[in-house]
Amino acid sequence: MERMISETSKWFTPQMLVAFAIFGTLPLWLEWVGLYSYIGLEVLIWVIFALGFNLLLGYTGLPSFGHGAFLGIGGYAMGWFQLNAVPNLWLGLLFAIFITALFGAAVALFVSHRRGIYFALLTLAFGQVFFFVASKWTTLTGGEDGMLNIKRLPADFGFVSFSLQDNYALYYFAFAMFVVTVLVLWRLVNSPFGKVIKAIKQNEMRVGFLGYNVYFFKWLVFTISCAVAGLAGGLFAMAQEGAYVQVMSLQWSGIIVLMTLIGGGFVSFWGALIGTVVFYLARDILGTFTDTWLLWYGLMFMVLVMFKPEGIAGMWQDGVKYLRRRRAAGTPPVVAEPARD
Amino acid sequence: MALFEAQKVHKRFGDHVVLEEINLDFEEHKLSGIMGPNGAGKTTCFNVLTGRYKPDRGRVVFDGIDITGKSPGAIAKMGISRSFQVMNVFDEYTALENVLLPVPEVRRRGLHLLYDLANDSESNDKAAQVLAKVGLAGKERALASDLSYGERRALEIGIALAAEPRILFLDEPTAGLGTEATAKLADMVTRIKEGITIVIIEHEMNFLFNLADVINVIQWGQVVAVGTPDELRANPWVQASNLGKLA
Repeated sequence: MERMISETSKWFTPQMLVAFAIFGTLPLWLEWVGLYSYIGLEVLIWVIFALGFNLLLGYTGLPSFGHGAFLGIGGYAMGWFQLNAVPNLWLGLLFAIFITALFGAAVALFVSHRRGIYFALLTLAFGQVFFFVASKWTTLTGGEDGMLNIKRLPADFGFVSFSLQDNYALYYFAFAMFVVTVLVLWRLVNSPFGKVIKAIKQNEMRVGFLGYNVYFFKWLVFTISCAVAGLAGGLFAMAQEGAYVQVMSLQWSGIIVLMTLIGGGFVSFWGALIGTVVFYLARDILGTFTDTWLLWYGLMFMVLVMFKPEGIAGMWQDGVKYLRRRRAAGTPPVVAEPARD
Repeated sequence: MALFEAQKVHKRFGDHVVLEEINLDFEEHKLSGIMGPNGAGKTTCFNVLTGRYKPDRGRVVFDGIDITGKSPGAIAKMGISRSFQVMNVFDEYTALENVLLPVPEVRRRGLHLLYDLANDSESNDKAAQVLAKVGLAGKERALASDLSYGERRALEIGIALAAEPRILFLDEPTAGLGTEATAKLADMVTRIKEGITIVIIEHEMNFLFNLADVINVIQWGQVVAVGTPDELRANPWVQASNLGKLA
């Protein structure tokens, strides 16, 4: 008897191991290729954020244009807890995740009954509300100056404690969070829940007629995505040793959409990761040649949308299909065949 | 008592009355048909009966329970399933994944965030059996978007059938099909009608008259005739109309 795509039942896939190997060894070769330790940390944190965001955009087809707000809320929650409650890394991160999920759940109550442009505009509006509140509520957030003096607290395991002061130490802590996030999200998108949200993206009305509560699923996926944003926000506040309002702006909410689409979040779990890496490489490599790097990045986005809306992951998949066709036709493939996703 | 009843159901859009106090009874394990000319209100009737639209007046009763105004999801969970005239399959999913989603066990586990669906052999077997029933054995791994028009029509019905409904509503299942494909579909409906109550809206009169136990004729939002195919053929109103010529 036939089964569903069997690769999805695996906890670890070749692509996952490649991603873990690349990011796990990154500190060993990052400076050798002319980059610096902080960018590795920043990329990894934004990859976590993007993977959570892709749950919404790529998997459920819900375009949130205010998601940067939740990254910011995570950062403020982490900072507030550390500065005003308990200076503990684990509790601080859990608090950041919980508070951001709470805000996300509240917003989702309003947006989950909408789709398409109405969903997008509502998330944009909520994002702007949070941005302005964070900008003006200086006693809580520090306003334009930001919430300063957030510490990189040690990772205390009871019997042993690791300092996270060094960028690479914090990088490996973020890497551990990245591994956990990937494993959880991978299982999530391949569970019945994942199948339902992907079906919602394809045909929301039909899913309702199959007996699923579509609004509840949309609410839940929005909340989970915000919880992941809270984790990324907490890590970002540690990395920056402060929480700042800029990430909550419309610009950064737009950039996470660009990252996800350019990478190919609509067709691959890894699209969000690819898009994030491409964005930071464009910023740091193109940025060394020209101040107008964002213009070129924007043009790249336009070209992709016009000619290959499935993004870089879509191009990769086309290449794999081409090699498979060649193999089927009896021509030996030039390179080893990568797996499907 | 009928398994499913519409009692004096009334539906209007603005000034336009689409359904006017209609009464319908669908007996258990029977295949009932609804026919009528374009614009008669057939699809609106299905949409009201299956929860897409709320009626302005009247009641919809399933197995003695008033389901008027309930959401499509709530109605589906009670064992009422439907297909659509305009195809609503999941193009990015394989045929097997399309019919896995409505399987009741999978639906019950819809919120199991870490459950491995690929290794659920019971649900996978059920889904494969449904595909075989609608004539799509061997197409399990084919993407829905790669199937032919006729196969997609069959898949549309398979999705509705996989929910293991007590009553299955099929909205113009032969729409767009040629003679040969329509004949195949008739064979398939004959296969699946055992042990299940089916209601079909259909334009293709021969298809309906050959399959249905009872047919309701709707015209101008009202039920104008009810009977077996033979009774309807003898009905003076049906004979006088274009429907009579087609039947």
